[in-house]
Amino acid sequence: MTDAIASPDSAPTGDALVRVRGLTTRFSGRTVFDGLDLDIPRGKITAIMGPSGTGKTTLLKHITGQTPADAGELLVDGEDVAKLSREGLFKLRERVGYLFQNSALLTDFDVFENVAFPLRQHTRLPEELIRDIVLNKLQAVGLRGASRLMPSELSGGMARRVALARAIVFDPMLILYDEPFVGLDPIALNQVLKLIRTLNETLGITSVLVAHELAAIQQIADRVVLIANGKVVASGDPKEIANDGSPWTRQFFGGEPDGPVPFHYPAGDYAAELGLGETA
Amino acid sequence: MNARVKRRNLVVEGLAQIGDAGLFLPTLLAAMPRSLRYFREIVRQIWFTGAMSLIIIMTCGLFVGMVLALQLYHVLEIFGGTASTGTVVALSVYRELGPVVTALLFAGRAGTSITAEIGLMRATDQLSAMEMMAVDPVAYVVTPRFIAGIIAMPLLCCVFSAMAIFGGHLVGVTWLGIDNGTFWSNMTSNVEVWKDVIDGVIWKGLAFGTVVTLISVHQGYTTPPTSEGVAYATTRTVVASSIAILALDFVLTAFMM
Repeated sequence: MTDAIASPDSAPTGDALVRVRGLTTRFSGRTVFDGLDLDIPRGKITAIMGPSGTGKTTLLKHITGQTPADAGELLVDGEDVAKLSREGLFKLRERVGYLFQNSALLTDFDVFENVAFPLRQHTRLPEELIRDIVLNKLQAVGLRGASRLMPSELSGGMARRVALARAIVFDPMLILYDEPFVGLDPIALNQVLKLIRTLNETLGITSVLVAHELAAIQQIADRVVLIANGKVVASGDPKEIANDGSPWTRQFFGGEPDGPVPFHYPAGDYAAELGLGETA
Repeated sequence: MNARVKRRNLVVEGLAQIGDAGLFLPTLLAAMPRSLRYFREIVRQIWFTGAMSLIIIMTCGLFVGMVLALQLYHVLEIFGGTASTGTVVALSVYRELGPVVTALLFAGRAGTSITAEIGLMRATDQLSAMEMMAVDPVAYVVTPRFIAGIIAMPLLCCVFSAMAIFGGHLVGVTWLGIDNGTFWSNMTSNVEVWKDVIDGVIWKGLAFGTVVTLISVHQGYTTPPTSEGVAYATTRTVVASSIAILALDFVLTAFMM
């Protein structure tokens, strides 16, 4: 069922791993978030959707403390991200995986070393154990056989899966996926979908996906949150949210070119700009 | 925007860049103790910035020494002082040409590649990925390159100077017929190790290495994450480094005299 429209109280609270209250962000005078309220339930897959430029990736950056918000409160597992020191933030990030849109693999290292990188940086595990863990994670994403390939030798889908193996190497409590399906062919897309669902079920990881592909989202997400105009404008079951009936959901899921999100970027009077007003 | 305002903006932007690089230095110094964990990365960067620059440094050093000897021989011949060719070549190389030309070459060869590498890591989210893996990119990526540059520059200055002296000897003694013993004895009796070699090659090398590498890593780390941004950053590295080297050379020389 669709929870509600633009109502902060509608978010399913209960056991929320991420709790956002009154989040306000402005970039160069433009308001990205205007008192955003949102809860990400623990152990579920939550999809964040919305028109381009609405601040979905910015929200992920707020959650991980990469970009500070101007106002509001953002709690991750009970910790206020804005109040954490750099060390505290790094401790939190050891429990959070982040899948970048372009995979962001370290180009100097091969696949094995990319996945081993966080282990080598934060632990003093013996080499045999690091090898076992890395091969285990690569096996989970189906790329154990590609462990000695360099990032430049991987396809987009393979790179995405290596990045996923790296993101789960510490068995995090939360994984943030920034546009994980962009540029993938149907086979690679289904592989990534299957992996996200399997990881969520087997490891009990809370997942947050930023994506535009509703068909893909409907296959795996437990809940969809639609953000527009700096606020949550709809949230609920992925299979039913499209039928919500609000102008936002109708335009976004119906793919209508004009609506609450206007086709035209705000501009002055067209005739006046062409000088037609003066001529007349 | 008129030309005067444009020029003023360029000057202000240039000063702001120098100020930004200066403010970046404390960040690097603060990250240095953590960077010592990445000893292998520092060694790898010394190889990359130092050893990989050897061919260009040695070649240029050789030709600078050769042309210097050739020019000086014909000038000194007027005064009947060709026996001093070795001395003048050595003093010119140790005091000025060695450190300055090495630093300019270092900025063009290693500085630009440091800027481009860090800039591309920024553009492809590799630095953000490190942040997300709770790894400080300043300590892991930036500071090892900074330390490597400071270590590599004086060594490259030594190699450049040695090759320049060799080039001077090649032209002066082998080609133009200056007596071998005169060439070396005049040089050794007039060149002071502390004043000429240590002050010139080592201290100036250290100072130029610090400035060039600071500019290079700062430009790379703060570049806009676009291909155009990386291109501009590498250009700025060469321009800012060249100006900084020549200006600093004057200041250092004035203090060392």
